[in-house]
Amino acid sequence: MAKSIAQEFVKGLWDEVPPFRLVLGLCPTLAVTKTVENGIGMGMATTFVLVCSNILISALRKVIPSKVRIAAFIIVIATFVTVVELLMQAFVYPLFLKLGIFIPLIVVNCILLGRAEAFASKNAIMPSLADGMGIGIGYTIALASLGAVRELFGAGTLTIWEKSIPIMGAAFEPFKFMVEAPGAFICLGLMLCFMNIVGKK
Amino acid sequence: MGEYILLALSCILINNILLAQYLGNCPFLGTSKKMETAVGMAMAVVFVLVLAGVITWVVDAYMLKKFGLEYLRTIAFILVIASLVQFVEMFLKKSIPALYAGLGIFLPLITTNCAVMGVCLININEEYTFMQALVASFSYASGFGLALILFAGVRERILLARVPKPLQDTSIGLITAGILSLAFLAFKGMV
Repeated sequence: MAKSIAQEFVKGLWDEVPPFRLVLGLCPTLAVTKTVENGIGMGMATTFVLVCSNILISALRKVIPSKVRIAAFIIVIATFVTVVELLMQAFVYPLFLKLGIFIPLIVVNCILLGRAEAFASKNAIMPSLADGMGIGIGYTIALASLGAVRELFGAGTLTIWEKSIPIMGAAFEPFKFMVEAPGAFICLGLMLCFMNIVGKK
Repeated sequence: MGEYILLALSCILINNILLAQYLGNCPFLGTSKKMETAVGMAMAVVFVLVLAGVITWVVDAYMLKKFGLEYLRTIAFILVIASLVQFVEMFLKKSIPALYAGLGIFLPLITTNCAVMGVCLININEEYTFMQALVASFSYASGFGLALILFAGVRERILLARVPKPLQDTSIGLITAGILSLAFLAFKGMV
């Protein structure tokens, strides 16, 4: 346990950014990043679940028998996903409608189970909290940046808090391909390539 | 009958679970490096998905809706799926150990395969009848298998090509998937 809490937090922001470095949690990464706003919303919902489940699993790590640990982790995660689902229905209903099926699907996001298994079940509460925050915020930034690129080229705007801000000017012809499914795959592929180039230096 | 054929076609080709709905991408990239694992994964998903689709439909109609417990849907569905996967795992370990060894880490990960959970939720959200849910689950699963096996074929070829260093592995995989998805986009004009 040489790493400090701060280091656990920081590693999620760059070294282990989930969709780029670990290639986990790709489905929401591809599906909801049509706009920046959706990306941020999804990232924040995931962060909330990740932090809460990390804390609870870390607190219960000595109680959960190792044979049924996966089932126990999934129940914990599913509970917090239900909490997020109900909270979003109550307070940010338009965003909930836009993200649709992908909110309940946070439960099957590999990042959550991955962190529970690889980190929270072996570490104390504070490092687990820092780990959850770091990975969650890294994930949010990744989703937001992918959303920004796709929205900028696909629609010529950036949407933040329900307001579409035109960036490209009136003469810009939206590159519709980017907001369709193939655009998502290719854009993420190119971003991975970019991360590889930057990371190697 | 025609209605079911149309539903099946739209689930396999037009709304292909991997390439149009973006569900189940982790195993899509993870198990597609070899044709053998891709076929194994596809078969496991077809098996689990059809069972899960049917069972979750029954659970939803006769337990959750009946007692007004819809808010527990997420938890109930994931429990059904997790126990099913455990069953498939035990079955493969006992009867086809070679395949079990090949699938390795990805078999338990079917639990967290969003394609399985996603299709169960789509069945409920679209308010399908029992027969429609059965047809849709099977078709979505076949669409998953089709896309995965096609993609594995392409990826085996990529191994022989010289890819620039930063683009290697997942990066070129995603771009290939994008091109495959472009091909599936063309089916949208079919109906």
